[in-house]
Amino acid sequence: MGRGVEDVVDIVELTVTALAERVRGRQLSAVEVTQAYLARIAELEPTLHAFITVDAEGALAAARTIDLRLARGEDVGPLAGVPIALKDIFVTQGLRTTCGSRILADWVPPYEGTPSARLRAAGAVVLGKANMDEFAMGSSNENSAFGVCRNPWDVDRVPGGSSGGSAAAVAGRLCLGALGTDTGGSIRQPAALCGVVGIKPTYGRVSRYGVIAFASSLDQVGPIARTTEDAAALLEVIAGHDPLDATSLPQPVGRYREACRRGVRGLRIGVPAEYFAAGLDPEIETAVRAAIDQLAAQGAEVVDISLPHTKYAIATYYLLCTAEASSNLARYDGVRFGLRAARPRDLRDLYSRTRHDGFGPEVRRRIILGTFALSAGYYDAYYAKGQRVRTLIRQDFSRAFERCDAIVVPTSPITAFKLGERLDDPLQMYLADIYTISCNLAGLPGLSLPCGFSRQGLPIGLQVLGPPLGEEQVFAVAGSYEQAHDWHRRAPEVRR
Amino acid sequence: MKITPEQVQKVGELARLQLSVDETAALAEQLSRLVAHFEQLDELDTAAVEPTSHVLPLGCPERPDTTVPSLARELVLSRAPLHEDGYFVVPKIID
Repeated sequence: MGRGVEDVVDIVELTVTALAERVRGRQLSAVEVTQAYLARIAELEPTLHAFITVDAEGALAAARTIDLRLARGEDVGPLAGVPIALKDIFVTQGLRTTCGSRILADWVPPYEGTPSARLRAAGAVVLGKANMDEFAMGSSNENSAFGVCRNPWDVDRVPGGSSGGSAAAVAGRLCLGALGTDTGGSIRQPAALCGVVGIKPTYGRVSRYGVIAFASSLDQVGPIARTTEDAAALLEVIAGHDPLDATSLPQPVGRYREACRRGVRGLRIGVPAEYFAAGLDPEIETAVRAAIDQLAAQGAEVVDISLPHTKYAIATYYLLCTAEASSNLARYDGVRFGLRAARPRDLRDLYSRTRHDGFGPEVRRRIILGTFALSAGYYDAYYAKGQRVRTLIRQDFSRAFERCDAIVVPTSPITAFKLGERLDDPLQMYLADIYTISCNLAGLPGLSLPCGFSRQGLPIGLQVLGPPLGEEQVFAVAGSYEQAHDWHRRAPEVRR
Repeated sequence: MKITPEQVQKVGELARLQLSVDETAALAEQLSRLVAHFEQLDELDTAAVEPTSHVLPLGCPERPDTTVPSLARELVLSRAPLHEDGYFVVPKIID
């Protein structure tokens, strides 16, 4: 299978579909692709630290199997040879899974979760486990117990979080696609800060079997990729019902790739005034408004809408997610797996010292806050109140979607900030999640894609929200915008 | 509402999470600020609003009651910090 000069391409610049086609057609071997990406990792990982674990051996073995099967004429699936990074929250059989925490620093899972199993079954090659904020708690990746990850566009800045390693790896061409999880923006915000595409699907769209839980009523799995169509291709593989996850939705999976080319003619795009308020970087506002004008020029009808409870979303989200986290993280007790404190006096001492030694400061803060919100005497005033306001936020969206098919807003009010700049003030850090968390509270699909760069050369993210199971119209809007621009084709020059 | 270091200490005990004296003081200050922010929810009259615990209209999905293979006991125990004779080992809890 000799390659003509015209076919010699830069492997790491191929899209998911183009690469899988070449691997399936045997113009390019899965081993060659894996080696090309491992070379990128060898070159840039020491600077970016996008991974917690790189599994070069496992990746090459998987690639060899794919090539062998193709040589035998077997169908290896739509993602043949596509190199993937998994956020280290995905449970991988035989491959260390830390969730960014000391408490799981040496945990080698005895089973494989559904999202990664589906990717592998479709021919994808797992390169390793991506860096993340501990237990997915954070917006900067600075809460990783394994060291910070850096933004490929400016290595003195954060990649965002909590799926910061996944987004940085995709942007830096250390992998072609990645999986992240999004509880309050953890896929979309790092995608925005790193200039790539990330989608949090409808709550329940992707199975969470083998995905370490943070806040179970909000957590959802989704892909990060360089183009909307690449993200669509990955989502088509991982989405769908799973009998192993009782919260996974039975509805058939949409035609997301096709939707990317559908255009926006006849679609109504809602623009809520509440998302263009004080605190929004003027450069981001300009870029997002220009994107909305672009969509109007492409045939969409722009309508003004209102989401009046937006300003209550931060308080609601942080009450509910910390409460759920305090309950979910009770399982880390030093008994069945993970870290265990040495020489405990008694069982209670074993629990409290294991958890003190194993959890970092942000996780400890959230466990304390969540336990407080659930404790006797405060439950009604805080946790139950949060659940009621959540209903009001959901109703805002139900009403808005009577008047529009998708909502277009900024993903983050700020571009990537400097490492260490916001660490001392948890409330400031939480407030920057304002544009992403309502989507989780309401269970909606939300996608972030690049819509320009700041004067400093930092990526700006555009967010498209849809009604429940409205992924197709989200992809239609994102794909339509993307085909008129080349933001997604720009690659960062990583300064080493 | 002002949260005191004593309250933080008590919550830490409920959460089985040991906290140092310095950390308790810092958390009391941070939590006071966060809770003050959360109290903006009091502006909303939610007396007639149903709480949302889950966004899905799911009931309790059922599956056929058939036995399927599960993880081998040895495999699972091999991940435990301490195990013996097929059991997880913990400090003595009854004298």
